[in-house]
Formats: sequence, C-alpha cells, structure tokens
Amino acid sequence: MSVDWSTSDVAGDDVPAVDLTTVDVTGVDLTADLGPNLQLPNPLMTASGCAANGKELHRFGDVAQLGAFVTKSVKRDPQSGRGTPRMAETPSGMLNSIGLQGPGIDAFVEHDLPWLKSVGARAIVSIAGASSGEFAEVARRLVAAPDFDAVAAIEVNISCPNVANRGLVFACDPASSTGVLRLVAPEVPSGIPLLAKLTPDVTDIVPIAEAALAGGAHGLTMINTLLGIHIDTERMRPHLFGTTGGLSGPAIRPVAVRAIWQVHAAMRAGRIPAAPIVGVGGVRTGQDALELTLAGASAIQVGTAIFNDPSAPWRVARELRDLLGQRGIPRYRDLVGAAHQN
Amino acid sequence: MTGRDTGVCQATARVAGNAPAAAYRHLTLDAPGIAQLAQPGQFVALTVGGPTSALLLRRSFSIHRVDPAAGTVEIVVSDAGPGTAWITRLDDGESVDIVGPLGRGFTLPDAPGAAVLIGGGYGSAPMFWLANVLRENGFAIHHVLGAASADRLFGAELADPADELIVTTDDGSQGERGWVSDPLPGLLERTGAKAVYACGPMGMLRAVTEIATAHGARAEVAVEEAMACGIGVCMTCVLPVVGADGVTRMSRSCVDGPIFDATTVRWDAVAGGRVAVPADCLGAPR
Ligand SMILES: Cc1cc2nc3c(=O)[nH]c(=O)nc-3n(C[C@H](O)[C@H](O)[C@H](O)COP(=O)(O)OP(=O)(O)OC[C@H]3O[C@@H](n4cnc5c(N)ncnc54)[C@H](O)[C@@H]3O)c2cc1C
Ligand code: FES
Repeated sequence: MSVDWSTSDVAGDDVPAVDLTTVDVTGVDLTADLGPNLQLPNPLMTASGCAANGKELHRFGDVAQLGAFVTKSVKRDPQSGRGTPRMAETPSGMLNSIGLQGPGIDAFVEHDLPWLKSVGARAIVSIAGASSGEFAEVARRLVAAPDFDAVAAIEVNISCPNVANRGLVFACDPASSTGVLRLVAPEVPSGIPLLAKLTPDVTDIVPIAEAALAGGAHGLTMINTLLGIHIDTERMRPHLFGTTGGLSGPAIRPVAVRAIWQVHAAMRAGRIPAAPIVGVGGVRTGQDALELTLAGASAIQVGTAIFNDPSAPWRVARELRDLLGQRGIPRYRDLVGAAHQN
Repeated sequence: MTGRDTGVCQATARVAGNAPAAAYRHLTLDAPGIAQLAQPGQFVALTVGGPTSALLLRRSFSIHRVDPAAGTVEIVVSDAGPGTAWITRLDDGESVDIVGPLGRGFTLPDAPGAAVLIGGGYGSAPMFWLANVLRENGFAIHHVLGAASADRLFGAELADPADELIVTTDDGSQGERGWVSDPLPGLLERTGAKAVYACGPMGMLRAVTEIATAHGARAEVAVEEAMACGIGVCMTCVLPVVGADGVTRMSRSCVDGPIFDATTVRWDAVAGGRVAVPADCLGAPR
C-alpha cells in the first residue's frame, strides 16, 4: 500500500494571523504581570491537558502568539492512561478520565520541548507524579534539558492522586501540598516561577493555597477539574472505564470564580502571602476571561472550550482586548481583582 | 505564516442540502477549503447548537464525498442522540461550524486487483467515493452492504453499475439474510481479492479482520471511537494499536486513524462497549 494520505502530507490553507501584539490599534495593553520573572505579552494560555503539546493546535493558530502554552502534565515514565470510554458529555461540560496518558519526561524533553522552542512558544511545562519524589525527578530532568530556555514557568499539578498516600490527591491536604513544592523548588533555578495547580474539591481552598506558597510556589493555578461520576442508565454501570472523571467546561466557571475570589480575598486581607493567580475553569469567551480576572486572576487559561472551538484561546484574547477597548480600559493588569473594590 | 503544519480548515459552513436517505439524513455543506483537501476515509467534526450551546463537544462524521469544484462536503447522519438530532434538523441556509478534513484516509495497494468494500449501516457512506478512486486506479470493486434491516441500509443505489453489489440484512428484509461478514469468505475465494476495506461497528470490523487475514488479504478498517475534539488534543479517542516496532500504544483514532491496518488493532482489548489497556501496552499500569 504505497499512497499515504496522512493529513500532515497535505498542504493547506494558512490560518489567518491573529494580531495579539501587546498594544494594538485599540490602544489596550494586554500585558500580563505574573511577578518579576513572568511577564507575558497577553494573559491567554492553554490549559494543561486540553491542547496536547502544541503541534495539533498550531494548525488552528500560532501558539507563539499566546501568552504561554501550557503542556499536558508529564510524569517520569510513559503512561498509557486508562481504558475507554474516557469521556462523557455533561450539561455545559464534560467528564474526562484520561489517566495522564503521556510519553514520559525523557521523550517530552527529546521531542516536544524542542518543537515548542522551534516555533517560539513560551512554554509552561506541567509536571505530575505519584509521589513527591517523582515530581522532583521530573523537574530535575526538565531543568537538565538542552531546550530548557524555552520554559517560562513550571506548573506543578498537585491535583492528581498521591498513590503512596491511599490515592489521596496531594492538593487535598496542606502538608502534602507543601511537601511536593519543597522537593521541587530546590531543583528549579531561581527565575523560573513555580505555579501550583489546585483543586476546588476541598473544604477550604485558602489553607491549601497558603501551604503551596509556603512550600515554594510563586503562584497558583486555579482550578483543576471537579470529581464526578456519570452512570450509563441503559447498561446500569458507570459510563467511564475509570468510574470517576474530572468535570470541566462552562458548568464549573462559577466554582473557579469562587475559588479565585476566596484566595485573592485572603491575599488582599494579608491572611496569606500575596502571589499571582492563573485563572482556569470554564472560560469560553472574552467576557468569561474578564470575570475570572475581576475575581483576582492575573492570567487566564482556556481548556475545554478548545474541544468546541480549536481557535478559542486566540478568539478569547481578541474578545478580551475588544471588550477592554470598548470600555476604554487601557491596561488589562489594572483589572486584576477589581471586583473586590466595588 | 510560514512553517505551519496546517492541512486542516475550520469554517462556518452553510447547509446547502438536507435530504432523507433511508433512516438517515444526507447533508451537503458548503466548505470549499475542506472539499479541496479531503481524501476518502477522512472525517469532519461539527459543533452542535451554535456558539452558546450547552453541548460543547464536536460530533464526527465520515466524509461521504466531496465536490471540490462546487466546494461541497457531504455527510450521512444517523440521529443517535441530542447532538446528531440537532444536526439532522438543520435547514438549508443555516450554518454550522465544521473542522476538517481530519485523520488519515484509506491507502491504495501498489498493484491493482480486486477490492472488497464492506459497509455496515451508515458505515457505507465513505465507500462509494473510495470505490471511484480505486476503479480509476484499475481495481475491480465488490461492495458488501449490510444493516440490521432494509431501512438502515445506506447507498445500495449509489454503487456503480460496473461494480458487484451484495446486500445483507439481519432480518432478511433486503438482500441475503445474515451478517455483512457472512458472504466475505466466499467472495474472497471467488475474487482472490487481497484488499479489503471496512467501516461499521467494532464487532463487524473484528470479524472482517479475522476473515480477511485468514484469506491472506490486507484489511483497512475505519474505527468509530467516542471523540470529544476530533483534532488530537483531548486523548479520549484512543485504541490499543501495535506500532511498526511491535509495541502496543494507546493511539488516538482521530489523528493516527480513523483508518487503521486491521491487524494492528488489539481487538482482544475491545469488549462490551469498553476498551481495556492491554497489560503489554507501553506505560500500562503496573
Ligand atoms: C471517525 C468517525 C466517523 C463517524 N461517521 C459517522 C457517520 O458517517 N454518520 C453518523 O451518523 N455517525 C458517524 N459517527 C458517529 C457519530 O459521531 C456519533 O453518532 C455522534 O457523535 C453521537 O452524537 P450524539 O449527540 O447524537 O450522541 P451523544 O451520545 O449525546 O454524544 C455525546 C458525546 O459522545 C460522542 N459520541 C457518542 N457516540 C459516539 C460515536 N459512536 N462515535 C463518536 N463519538 C461519539 C459525541 O461526539 C459527543 O461528544 C462517526 C464517528 C467517528 C468517530
Ligand atoms: S478526539 Fe480528541 S484526541 Fe482524538
């Protein structure tokens, strides 16, 4: 069988360029301020696990034009992930149970990171592990990569289960959250911010945020998915192969706004140290991005909306810029947490 | 922009036609960029319900055929749930967001000969276009179309008069009574076909794989795994597939498929609407 009609061999229409230069014709400055070591030309990022490692999405828009590209969480070794079904559609959202399928850190460093660098993307690499030692080892191998200079920050996905501790999610427990960051922080050169990704599935998210910052995180990404189950009423069994899945999509946006609000309020009140928050959860439009910003987020990730619209990250950036332009707001970063003042 | 791996379009397509076809709807969409790029076996992914819809995930459909000159893409849609129900009700002139062409299409054998094309239910949708390409390349075409009942058969009237056509239905309401795989052994023996193409439910694809392999024929199958994005970013559509290195990996059927060399699919992992991770798969849980 000689003729191979794989998609990559077919030359296609170019995707129209999206102008996301910092200050554009409307005069809006979209610069995102995530601390001294992370200034981005605009606040829009992909959410980890919703954009693979860039190549596929790059067919729909230039990933270098995003504020940053956040990679799929990578563990030490290759991961097959779970069996299927891996997803269920739910009202304004979905459940997923992928099981962190991925190539492992060595293959990531060999194939994916060089590609992200070659297209000029600012990479935020999401790391995961089943133990705090695995997190540290993944960080060490990443830092040793020849293309580490393409890495703008590291997102530490502590919202995955800690296998050693009865499957408890690290970010459900303050001590475990601190523990992971304590081991990762010494592996990473100063100047590379660490963002701890938190789950809203806790009684009180503020102590967890505090614990992650105490362990050495420079910022927080909020929120990861919420745990859910969908039962197939025909077969009368859980629909997902892995029984439970993570709920994402516009359905969880109010939860994201609440979590960001609570942590940002604690920072404003001086109850926990101030640190930048990257907002994520159900963002579909520029107005959604604005809402998370007003709650206290300094940058915004777009996740599940990409499955609906592969150009969503660029569209949301454009909509946000236009929204600010229409309202006569010159600087995006002035809006961070603004709803707390009114 | 240079150096971009595109080959895929996202477009707002106008509905240019929506006609009944047996139990299905045959939709014609204006999507010139996709019509120019598509190859048989590739698919498109449509959104459902407009930009504020609560149904977020895309629905995937095999491309029935394209007309690059007219700029149209045709699909055959079975109303299987809320999303497909919405799509089947689209009126002429309405529009829908479409991404495509997606995935890998069918491949052609090096040397012409007899080819057997098997479609179960709407699985026959991509087969007539493939037949045209094969015929132009000197192949003799033998279609086998099957369905549960006559109303679930698609396209028996679309087969070229030059091609052989065998029809089966489970209930005998049209053609031979039985499964679409039943006539296959006799057909492969009679024609000596070494190329088999199949699209339909997983059980059918597995049966076709076993029969084709037993007769020394190479089969390509179009799988239908639940897809959330269709573009390779969500990792929901995986199947265990054996690579050229002999290693089984959970492969995305939207980018590595939906067309697979039938013998590379780990059919042993597929059962009862679920696909397990084989113990020898790369990165399987220990
Ligand atoms: C490559 C490919 C080609 C296909 N070709 C055709 C075709 O030509 N004609 C046709 O009628 N149907 C086709 N299908 C199946 C079609 O995509 C599903 O019937 C449809 O997605 C179901 O959507 P729903 O809203 O009606 O059902 P729901 O069950 O509500 O769908 C919920 C979610 O699950 C996904 N899903 C559910 N069932 C399937 C399925 N069988 N396959 C893929 N995703 C599923 C949906 O995309 C959606 O994201 C194809 C599927 C694939 C993967
Ligand atoms: S459908 Fe999303 S990766 Fe295949």
